[in-house]
Amino acid sequence: MPPPDETFSGAPEPSPLGDRDALMGVNNLAAEVGMIEDDHARIIGSELAAEGDPESAVALAKRRLGVVFWIATGIIGVLALLAVFADVLPLANPNEQPRGANARLEQSLPPFSYRVDGSLTVLGTDSLGRDQLSRVIYGSRVALGVGFAAVLIGTLIGGAIGLTSGYFRRGYDTVTMAGMDVLLAFPALLLALVIVAIRGKGPVNSTIALTVVAIPTIARLVRANTMAFSQREFVLASRTLGASHLRVITKELLPNVFLALLPFIPLAIAVAIAAEGALAYLGQSVEPPQASLGGMISQGQPQLEQGKWWVPGVPIVVLLAVLISLNLIGDRLREFFTIKDSAL
Amino acid sequence: MRRRQAKVLRTPDRDPSAPLLEVTDLRTSFRTPRGIVRAVDGVSFTLERGRTVGIVGESGSGKTVLSRSIMGLLPRATTLRSGSVRYEGVEVLELDAEAMRPLWGAEMAMVFQDPMTSLNPVVRIGRQITEGLQLHLGMSKDEAEQTGVALLGSVGIPEPAQRMREYPHQLSGGMRQRVTIAIALACGPKLLMADEPTTALDVTVQAQILDLLAEQQTERYMAMVLVTHDLGVVAGRTDEIIVMYGGRIVEQAPTAKLFGNVKMPYTEALLGSIPRIDDPSHTRLAAIAGRPPDLINPPAGCNFAPRCPYVQERCLVEEPPLVEDSPGHVYRCWYPVGSEENLRIRSARDLPAPPTAEAPRGVPADPNVEVDPHAWHETGDL
Repeated sequence: MPPPDETFSGAPEPSPLGDRDALMGVNNLAAEVGMIEDDHARIIGSELAAEGDPESAVALAKRRLGVVFWIATGIIGVLALLAVFADVLPLANPNEQPRGANARLEQSLPPFSYRVDGSLTVLGTDSLGRDQLSRVIYGSRVALGVGFAAVLIGTLIGGAIGLTSGYFRRGYDTVTMAGMDVLLAFPALLLALVIVAIRGKGPVNSTIALTVVAIPTIARLVRANTMAFSQREFVLASRTLGASHLRVITKELLPNVFLALLPFIPLAIAVAIAAEGALAYLGQSVEPPQASLGGMISQGQPQLEQGKWWVPGVPIVVLLAVLISLNLIGDRLREFFTIKDSAL
Repeated sequence: MRRRQAKVLRTPDRDPSAPLLEVTDLRTSFRTPRGIVRAVDGVSFTLERGRTVGIVGESGSGKTVLSRSIMGLLPRATTLRSGSVRYEGVEVLELDAEAMRPLWGAEMAMVFQDPMTSLNPVVRIGRQITEGLQLHLGMSKDEAEQTGVALLGSVGIPEPAQRMREYPHQLSGGMRQRVTIAIALACGPKLLMADEPTTALDVTVQAQILDLLAEQQTERYMAMVLVTHDLGVVAGRTDEIIVMYGGRIVEQAPTAKLFGNVKMPYTEALLGSIPRIDDPSHTRLAAIAGRPPDLINPPAGCNFAPRCPYVQERCLVEEPPLVEDSPGHVYRCWYPVGSEENLRIRSARDLPAPPTAEAPRGVPADPNVEVDPHAWHETGDL
């Protein structure tokens, strides 16, 4: 390899660089994506200021995430914070049942009613007199934890499979995609049930089960995007500059594929949380008395016959809020990141 | 992998006195369900250090496949190749991608047609340009940054330090092509392959980019293969021109000689299809009738015969060899433009006199007269 000074005989003297820190900091993908958003907003904003015609107003609306997105993000964020800090919050013990003579009086209380000792139960109590607020938060902890973890791990594994098979193609692709097809052929819930049946109940095993369910979908999606981007000339250009396969995959393809995958992630989390809810409803998630949203619904179900709809109603509302929020976030992100190639 | 890199770079066969690039009887074919496509069929040429060769032909003439074969960029599984490509005396045709990697970027680089697609849309320009510097030249991040800024400045990009932090979509097409050129030049390659570098650009920007390439080439004493469908592009900027048709060389000559003395009817037709600025308005564009040959079942005889205005019995059955007209000028035709037979055919078919009789279209008849590239440029793209 020739020494640098020889090859640069023709270039003028390097000039000192002003803002180098901005570029150097960009090593992780999340930061980069965030900056792209900022840049888009900045460019569009300045264009609008210059022109102010209705068409760019539409473009601007598209470039803003909007109120609904932030409300949905807020719901998930608040719930996630509550779930994370559940242990240090002043919550009643979610598994403690009232004992003694007054126990029956404290069962299935509606929201905002008081226990015999005068303490307030914000979301009422369940059929065993346990605090619903506290149980919903601990149940969300399981649902969100399992959902996020399953999709995160599924994205790492499925993404790696999808990137490599979409880039290398040929025999490797055939084999991995055949494997993914086998996994996809099982009904998702059945597959998850089988895995839990083999490995036993518990949040870790639920996560493993839902990860296995998530991998093939993500791998397929990533593979399709990788194949499309692999055909683009910048990949060839990178090869002609001597980039290795690993470099092409991680530096050229990954940032592009990640942007395409990003809107799908909240939707995948929603699916995983719904699946965890289904597992819990069937009694296959966490071991009672530990709270889970699906378990609370199935336990509260008999209360419907006695007109005490709030008992299953509380976990149902929370689960619905989570699922709808995640879907709204995903939809909005998809619109946000759908950029015409011509604009690039 | 490291061992292979070392093998290529330190090989004793590497001969600094050999021509930089020596292509001998290169054949590249693709296996397809319909049969074998002979995309490049027996091409030979030599490129010395610091020189420029222009490869001209219409779509499907094999010029892009030729440049990619030389670079070793075609998929091995579906490509058949034979012949020889020697880079500084080292045979590179049979090297696999891993063995070629140390050459790519550092020794030979490529500028692509469309700067919209040859830059990664979600990676900052700074990282795209510094990557090769760090990889090939082992520069530190700071050094690479400074060199990157200098490179952007040298290809005529204003405020280079600012541009380093921007994304490709924030630049215009011409600026983006300047960036791709800067990236290709970054590691100081000795050979630059420019595959239709101006086709996707505005006419006004084309000349600037070509000037930039020429300027950088002289400054760096770099050899260049300029692939284009536009004779106007290569006219003033190459030392030698290769005209390709149906995967074969049909005419090859030093640039000055070629325009004064076109032999191949195909070259003549290409020149004739360039509209002239001094034509009266509403002059019909001269097009070459017909289509390029089917490369799976090429016609017997001359490839160009079905579209040639001077076609004879012999052209349809017997393939013409490459004939030397004067040293360095070869062509592939039985009845070359300017020959007595050709003149006879012309008068019999009521075709206009050959351009060499007076001045060829747009080009001075005297081969020693400097061709004004800009004049070609304007006429070539309107």
